[in-house]
Amino acid sequence: MKSEFFNSKFGIIVIFLIPALTLIGIFLIFPAFWEFYLSMTNESLMGINAVHPQFIGISNFIDVLTDPYFYNSLVVTLIFVLESAIIGQAGLGMLLSLLTYHKKFFRTLVQVAAVLAWIIPDSVVAYLWIAFLDKNAGTFNNLLALIGLSRINWFYRYPLTTIVVFNIWRGTAFSMLMFSAAFDTIPPSYLEVADVMGVSWWRKLKDIIFPSLKGVFFADLILITLWTFNVFTPYLLTQGGPGTATEILPIYIYLNAFQNFKIGYGAAISVIVLLINLVLASFYFILSKEKEGTSL
Amino acid sequence: MNKIRFSGAVNYIFLSVIVSFFIAPVIWLFVTPFSSSPSLSISLGTPTLSNFSSVFKDPAAVYSFGNSIIIAVGVTLLTVICASLAAYIFSRYHFKGSNFLIFILILFSNIVSGTAAMVPLYMLNISLGLINSYLGVIFTIAGGGIPTSIFILKSFFDSIPKSYEEAALVDGSSYSQMLLHIFLPLSKKGIIVIATLSFISAWGNFLIPFILLSSQSTYPASVTIYNFYTEMGLPNIGLISAYALLYTLPVVIGYLVVNKVFGFSFYGGIKG
Repeated sequence: MKSEFFNSKFGIIVIFLIPALTLIGIFLIFPAFWEFYLSMTNESLMGINAVHPQFIGISNFIDVLTDPYFYNSLVVTLIFVLESAIIGQAGLGMLLSLLTYHKKFFRTLVQVAAVLAWIIPDSVVAYLWIAFLDKNAGTFNNLLALIGLSRINWFYRYPLTTIVVFNIWRGTAFSMLMFSAAFDTIPPSYLEVADVMGVSWWRKLKDIIFPSLKGVFFADLILITLWTFNVFTPYLLTQGGPGTATEILPIYIYLNAFQNFKIGYGAAISVIVLLINLVLASFYFILSKEKEGTSL
Repeated sequence: MNKIRFSGAVNYIFLSVIVSFFIAPVIWLFVTPFSSSPSLSISLGTPTLSNFSSVFKDPAAVYSFGNSIIIAVGVTLLTVICASLAAYIFSRYHFKGSNFLIFILILFSNIVSGTAAMVPLYMLNISLGLINSYLGVIFTIAGGGIPTSIFILKSFFDSIPKSYEEAALVDGSSYSQMLLHIFLPLSKKGIIVIATLSFISAWGNFLIPFILLSSQSTYPASVTIYNFYTEMGLPNIGLISAYALLYTLPVVIGYLVVNKVFGFSFYGGIKG
């Protein structure tokens, strides 16, 4: 009887799926739903509410939505995502794969350099950038001094721009790899014919390259937008400062939940972040369908 | 003709600038650990290995490295076992909506795992009594990464011809024998890819151990390095740089392995 179940089709489906689905269910699916519940309590890590949290409805959301610091974070995050992911990573990734099209040596060189920046662990890259931009001894300021410019404390003078540039440096590899792989699937004859016909650069991009890249383009944008929206690495560089200048939403959640111990409040911000992520993902999804590139 | 040459030159200058942009912050990591006068600027002085010996003399550095190994190996084993069992089912039994289920799970793992769910993940680990334990960190990281691993491995399993397993079934093999003796050996590359990727992502993970672990003796290297440069009164730059290099090497090696087996394309899914 027992072995029959183990070797029946239904039995095997259940048994083989149980380990993965249990882990995913408990540590991935459940937290997402529990977050909604937590966001409606006054759960705290300190004081009386830590022991007896109460259900307080939507009052956390009202607090979040009337909190100027939340709007600061939201604006900082939107700038960060727009500049570093959508313009920076996707734009530079596309440009680099175009410029190195059919240039094997340069493509490998750029890819190796970009991939190295991409794979080094978070806590190491953070320190590399702290060292690189150090006002008195950092390599970048040394170079500036060498050509007669004055040294700048980048993390204080241009904090948001600094983490934007950092994140472009960090993540461009992914977009470049995606676009490079997609370019290689375009038959060279298309471009050769276009060359013979004397088609302009812009037309080639618009009529040949972009249509073939559409699926990859939206897949890339979806992923890098979601990743950048949820990236925690800038915390290792700036802890959100100076002041709140680089307080992107993930840092804002962390500070509220784990430094101010307001778990319920932190959960409410997270729910809002989740909803924004969902809207963004659906937006790209619909856009990719509308442009009839169905590969997503 | 001149125009083409000119734009070619501009092109190469631009590419050189970009390559320098990517390389410049990293040079420090490969020079400073061997420097006799380590500082935040790049200077080698007389080459030495003494920074590495100071790493091995620092107890926190040594046990954190061990903790990273425990966490990364745990996540890797758990991921490979769970993902290969599940990928087999997803590959061979197309129940209604199974592709949609995988899509939703991957969406979840990109949106929910990590920052957006740090609050409930923390509370969950408290409720389960897993807070401040390796097991909690391992389960949490594995749970977030398994959907992508299933997806990758499924594509390997999909390419195995059905006739193989039909023959095995006729011979009276059980399903588990079939997985063990046919699917896994034939998908060796896929197993290597998901094992390496889950190892790398657990090895480099900062946020999950940062919020779930509270005693220094359990910190993995990612958290310890961060503490080194934020909390040390006078940071020991030689120690930090040598430690950072040692901690980075497994990731670079792992990446080269995946690249050799499969090229870059799969790496994307699990990063981030």
